[in-house]
Amino acid sequence: MDKFTSIQSKVVVLNIENIDTDQIIGSDHLKITDKKGLGKHLFADWRYLENAQPNPDFVLNQADNASSQVLVAGDNFGCGSSREHAPWALLDFGIKVVISSSIADIFSNNAFKNGLLPIKVSKQQHDFLLAHHGDEISIDLQNQRISCADQPFSFEVEAFSRYCLLNGLEQLDFLLGQMPQIKQYEKKYSKEPV
Amino acid sequence: MVATLFEKVWDQHYVCQETEETPAVLYIDTHLIHEVTSPQAFQMLRDNNLKLRRPDRTFATCDHSTPTTKPNSLGEYQFFGEQEKNQVEQLKKNCAEFSVPLYELGNQKQGIVHVIGPERGITQPGQTIVCGDSHTSTHGAFGALAFGIGTSEVGYTFATQCILQRKPKTFGIEINGALSSGVTAKDIILAIIRQIGIGGATGHVIEYFGSTIDELSMDERMTICNMSIEAGAKAGMIAPDQTTFDFLEGKEFVPKGKDWDIAVSGWKELYTDDGAQFDRRILIDASKIEPMITYGTNPQMGIKIGEVIPSNNETQALKYMGLEEQQNLSGKSVDVVFIGSCTNSRISDLREAAKIFKDRKVAQHVRALIVPGSHEIKQQAENEGIANVFISAGAEWREPGCSMCLGMNGDIIQDKQFCVSTSNRNFEGRQGKGGRTLLASPLTAAAAAVTGRVTDPRELLARNDAITEACEHG
Ligand code: SF4
Repeated sequence: MDKFTSIQSKVVVLNIENIDTDQIIGSDHLKITDKKGLGKHLFADWRYLENAQPNPDFVLNQADNASSQVLVAGDNFGCGSSREHAPWALLDFGIKVVISSSIADIFSNNAFKNGLLPIKVSKQQHDFLLAHHGDEISIDLQNQRISCADQPFSFEVEAFSRYCLLNGLEQLDFLLGQMPQIKQYEKKYSKEPV
Repeated sequence: MVATLFEKVWDQHYVCQETEETPAVLYIDTHLIHEVTSPQAFQMLRDNNLKLRRPDRTFATCDHSTPTTKPNSLGEYQFFGEQEKNQVEQLKKNCAEFSVPLYELGNQKQGIVHVIGPERGITQPGQTIVCGDSHTSTHGAFGALAFGIGTSEVGYTFATQCILQRKPKTFGIEINGALSSGVTAKDIILAIIRQIGIGGATGHVIEYFGSTIDELSMDERMTICNMSIEAGAKAGMIAPDQTTFDFLEGKEFVPKGKDWDIAVSGWKELYTDDGAQFDRRILIDASKIEPMITYGTNPQMGIKIGEVIPSNNETQALKYMGLEEQQNLSGKSVDVVFIGSCTNSRISDLREAAKIFKDRKVAQHVRALIVPGSHEIKQQAENEGIANVFISAGAEWREPGCSMCLGMNGDIIQDKQFCVSTSNRNFEGRQGKGGRTLLASPLTAAAAAVTGRVTDPRELLARNDAITEACEHG
């Protein structure tokens, strides 16, 4: 996995609460058996009109935002289905950071494992960022700092996920390193393979 | 030391405790998989030259992309498209390559993953259970710690039988009092989600307890735990009791004979000790709950049937739904009724629905689709004569699967159609692009099917009672 250290980008704001993973990537696109090419289906129901043409009113279709890597979304982002296709689609589209006042557990877990950084901020910081659509933002994972419109603030992030992102490590490798302990556990609880 | 049910199960499953730097390594007893969220995880094994460590603790079924129509005379299943077919075939190949037992299409044990786990006794109290599916919370009804994971974690579980987890917080929901007639487990959970909100339990494992829960059957407990995720919870749990043991005894995968007794005596220790503290706790009065229905685009947007839609500034949701604030849903014409999904496709759900369908017809303008959760349930419903009640009423009686819960297999509703559905999500487009989902219990769904409108099922149940009485006195 690529290392994730810092990002500088424009903010794209999608101020809708409870954006569920069905909305991020519809079940029509869960039929693949690899992880590729989901970006074009990201938010498809909102992004495309009946005739499959891009909806000019949808924020990600506007030329200014097309290259934004930081999505600030309404509260409780990523709720619902456990589909990892949601972070795959966001990443494939070019989004590297999602910020909200609350992010659903499974989505967060899935995001970290693919190199997408989910950031939970306070209500106040969230309101501030929601008001800065199109502004430059910088995100420094090493120092856990966000800066937008000359306003710096710090954010919390789960220590292990941060470590893996900063060093480009796969969480799987850590788990594989625990194999002796795992086998010991199985022995202790009589859960060994028969 | 006193502990909650969750803590007891957690403590029996961590391989390494969490530290500030690293999450806990949590051992997984049972791994359930299906065709949609597993292919990339199998590929990860191949890419890293890894073995699937515990095929003996891994169980596969296909349910999401599968057709709910019968195979043709040559025994061929009519998939919606090549992709669906390919996904199911891929699962078959993967399971064969990695020696994972698979309940494939046509197998009499096949069904929705969260239905067949308990049905076969794969699901047991005190286990940790994961599946690449958010409604894995269903299995918590047995006192298991069960939750949904993403595809990366499916791969980690394949490779190590463990995942990395920060210890979640606990949330106690005490529910006391008797349910009035016509009120079901689905109404309880919809009322709870309305109260705490769709993100209200994020980061928490819920434990449901209290006199109302004690009285519920396993099917009903599963309905409640199933929708814990709709309040954002990591998992939902209910302490196992005699109802649980009676349900499980004799099932295929549970211990037998002396081993059964030993297992039960261990399971009896799985409860929240007096004095153990939850991080959060609420109390619900079950006697105040009435049949519920949702009006919006997430499960927290629910009301009692007969209440008006609140003025909560849910403009986008109401626009999508074609509804208005202060509108009464009662009497609203509906186009489709779906009875099925891992929330409400069990035999007791079908029996409830049949009470309403009996001696009635599906309204002319309504399409009613009834999809049992598994072959075993389908068979049972046919043996009990319930299936005939549905068929005589004019409903479509289908083969088991997820079906219209997420519409991956082609069972979908059309743009702007209203569907009263016993599933768990009313998200935009979930049942078909532009489709409008009203979540409700099997009783309410059945009532909508026969009247063609959103109807309080108690009206029809009362008429049933009146007819029975008239016959008895006649
Ligand atoms: S029935 Fe619906 S919620 Fe349940 S597993 Fe299938 S798609 Fe998911």
